[in-house]
This record gives sequence, structure tokens and C-alpha cells, in this order.
Amino acid sequence: MAFFEFKNVRIAGIAAGVPKQVFSNLHPHETDSISSEYSPEDFVKVTGVEERRVSDTLTTSDLCYEAAERLIADLGWEKSEIEALIFVSQTADYWLPATSCILQDRLGLSKECYASDCSLGCSGWVYGLSQVASLLATGEIKKALLLVGDAKKRIQGTHDPLFGHAGTATAVEFKDGAEGFQFHFGTDGSGFDAIIVPDGGSRNQVSPASFELEEVEGKMVNRLQTRMKGMDVFSFGITTAPKSVKKLGEHYGFDYQQADYFVFHQANMKMNNMIVKKLKLDTEKVPSCMYHFGNTSSASIPLTIVSELKGKFEDKPTKFVCCGFGVGLSWGTVAFETENIHISDLVEVAEH
Amino acid sequence: MELKEFIENFVALFDETDASEIQANTAFKELDEWSSLIALGVIAMADEEYDVTLKGDDIRNSNTVEDLFNLIKSKK
Repeated sequence: MAFFEFKNVRIAGIAAGVPKQVFSNLHPHETDSISSEYSPEDFVKVTGVEERRVSDTLTTSDLCYEAAERLIADLGWEKSEIEALIFVSQTADYWLPATSCILQDRLGLSKECYASDCSLGCSGWVYGLSQVASLLATGEIKKALLLVGDAKKRIQGTHDPLFGHAGTATAVEFKDGAEGFQFHFGTDGSGFDAIIVPDGGSRNQVSPASFELEEVEGKMVNRLQTRMKGMDVFSFGITTAPKSVKKLGEHYGFDYQQADYFVFHQANMKMNNMIVKKLKLDTEKVPSCMYHFGNTSSASIPLTIVSELKGKFEDKPTKFVCCGFGVGLSWGTVAFETENIHISDLVEVAEH
Repeated sequence: MELKEFIENFVALFDETDASEIQANTAFKELDEWSSLIALGVIAMADEEYDVTLKGDDIRNSNTVEDLFNLIKSKK
């Protein structure tokens, strides 16, 4: 049973960066891959994604960098005090080196800095938070940055209208006596091909055949683009996410219903509505940003907190339950309480 | 679990298709309105009404509405 908690750590602040450029799903862009199976209106009605932010120039690390600079300035943190950085993304700048190393230098952090990349998608913020919390828990490192998101792809091509680009920054610090975080995690690698880019890794190296288009679930994609078994992912999400939230509450002896906010990975509206219904949650407590930003992969939980909750909770004690689930298949749920947390204004990043 | 009630639940997933067009022996994937979005509705309905988890292959391997009914019944 993958449960654990870390005490004496807290979230000091959260920021999110998105491209300035807005793509509307009611008026698809020429680079959007639209299925001929349904109309734009039906797509918006079912997925809940009316528009998203997209850039062909800004990488995930560019968006994370802008979010981190804003957050560090807003918090008044000294960069020299930040001794750990974890970058969670499936759209790294290079195959190697790790993007976290590049961000350490670009952000002007000390060379006395632990930096590591983590390759996860929709569950990534929760996993990254557990890693950062574990680094801070002994109190030797006092401040850390968790930079999480997905944006510009590794290869040129069409954009999937379900997905938006975002890069977030979460500032986490050691604080003696803080309640910390309680986690539950799970993995089911038997579903590894439910969401997959088949070629380009060492299992299936890039070859001319990687660029040939084939039809997958009504869309023409090549083997370097993401393909998804939509129905399998849907049934995974609506069963696994509610179970994980319930398990966390049962394991740590709290009534999950009592949380002030439930922030779920923003998969699509149909899936998220089912999850909310199955957990019998008050929808007022379940913010959603997919209408404006789409599914932003690992960035979706912190982006939802920034875009939907800023100004509503920062100064009073607020209990959160957050759950990420998706590609892997991988899932994680975390419960924590915030107080005097800083939420930065949404950072809208102009094209380079 | 009854076939009649299942067909009613199935019909409710469609907006434009008349209920009379959907019978136990209807090959549902041949309906004009059928799409992958409605397939998600079927998975949601199976979960909600019958507490059964359907996967993509379950939908792909079913032809008629009654096939789906029997499959869900067997998984209960």
C-alpha cells in the first residue's frame, strides 16, 4: 500500500505560466487535429474544453521559468536559499541533459543545488510534490522548487484540441511543526500503451517509418505523436481516481468530504464530472479550469489553483485534496492544509 | 438487470436518434449519431447504473445493444 506522509513541510506559494496565444475549439485552428466524427460544438460540449493556450515556440521549461521567476519575486525568496529543484514533464527541452539542470542555471540558483527530472504526466504534480517533500523533510534543505507542466512537443505537427500548454512553479519549504502532506500512490504499467508516443525512445528508435501517418481512433497520427486509447483511459479515470481519494481518507482516518477544495487533474469534463459524482462532492468545492485551458497534463492541478482559487483562500487555513491520474498508468492523491500561501497572478508569456 | 431498462439507458445517450431506431438487435455502431464521445457515455452509464467497468475492447467487440447488455450482465 503506497501510503506515506511527510510532516514539517508546507507549500509557500504557487504560480503558473501559459502562452498568451489562445486557440478556440469552436473555431479550430488550421494546425488542430480535428476528428471528422463529431462537430466542434459537440467536442466542446462533451470535453468542456472551449479554448486552450498553445505556443509553437515556448517550451515547458520556458513557461516554468517565467512562473518560477514570478513566484520567487512574489515570495521574496533569496535564490541562494533554494537548494533543490525538481522538473516534472514529458516534454523536456532535450533528450539529454535533464531540463532541471538547465533551469538551475537559468534561474540563477546556487550550484549547491539538487536537480532532477521526473518523467510523468497527469499524475506528475502529486508525485513531484512527494519527492520535494521527502527532500525537505529532514530540515537540512529549507527551500525547494517543483516545476511541472507540459507544452511544446518534441516534434512538429498538429495540435490535439483537448490539450493546452502550461508550466507551473510550486514553492515548498521546511517549517517545523507544519502538518505536511499525506499521500497515496498507485501504478498500473499494464496500461502503458493507453497513452503513448510509440517511437523515438530506445524501444522503438526513430526511423523513416516513424513519420508515416496511420489512423488511430479517427485521427491521422505518426508514431512520434501521442496516441490515446480514449475509452480505456476514461474507464481508468472514473474508477481509479475516486478509489484513491477514498483510500487516502480511510488510511489516515479523515472524512474526505470535509476538505475545502478538491482539485483533480483536468482530464476532460465528462470524466471529471463522473469522478465528482462518484465521490458525492459539492461541485462548489471542485474548481475546474479546463474550459479555458484544456487538459494541461501535470500542470492542471496547480494551474487550477492559480486560475480558479486565487483570492479565495490564501489567508485562512484551507484543506485540500488533490488527485492526478493518467499516462503510465499512474495516479496519486495528496491531502494538505494551506495557510498564508501565496498564489501569484497567472503569468501569460508572449511568444519569443 | 433488465434488457428493457438497459435499452432505455442506452437510448438516453443519444440526442438526435429516435428511440424507435434503437432495439435490442440494433447494430449501434452503425447509427449515424454513434461516435467515440457516445462510447464514453456507454462506459459511464455501465459504471453508474450497473457498477461495471467496460474497456474499449468491450465496446469494439460488441455489435448489438443486446451484446452490450449481456456483457455487462456477465460482469456484474
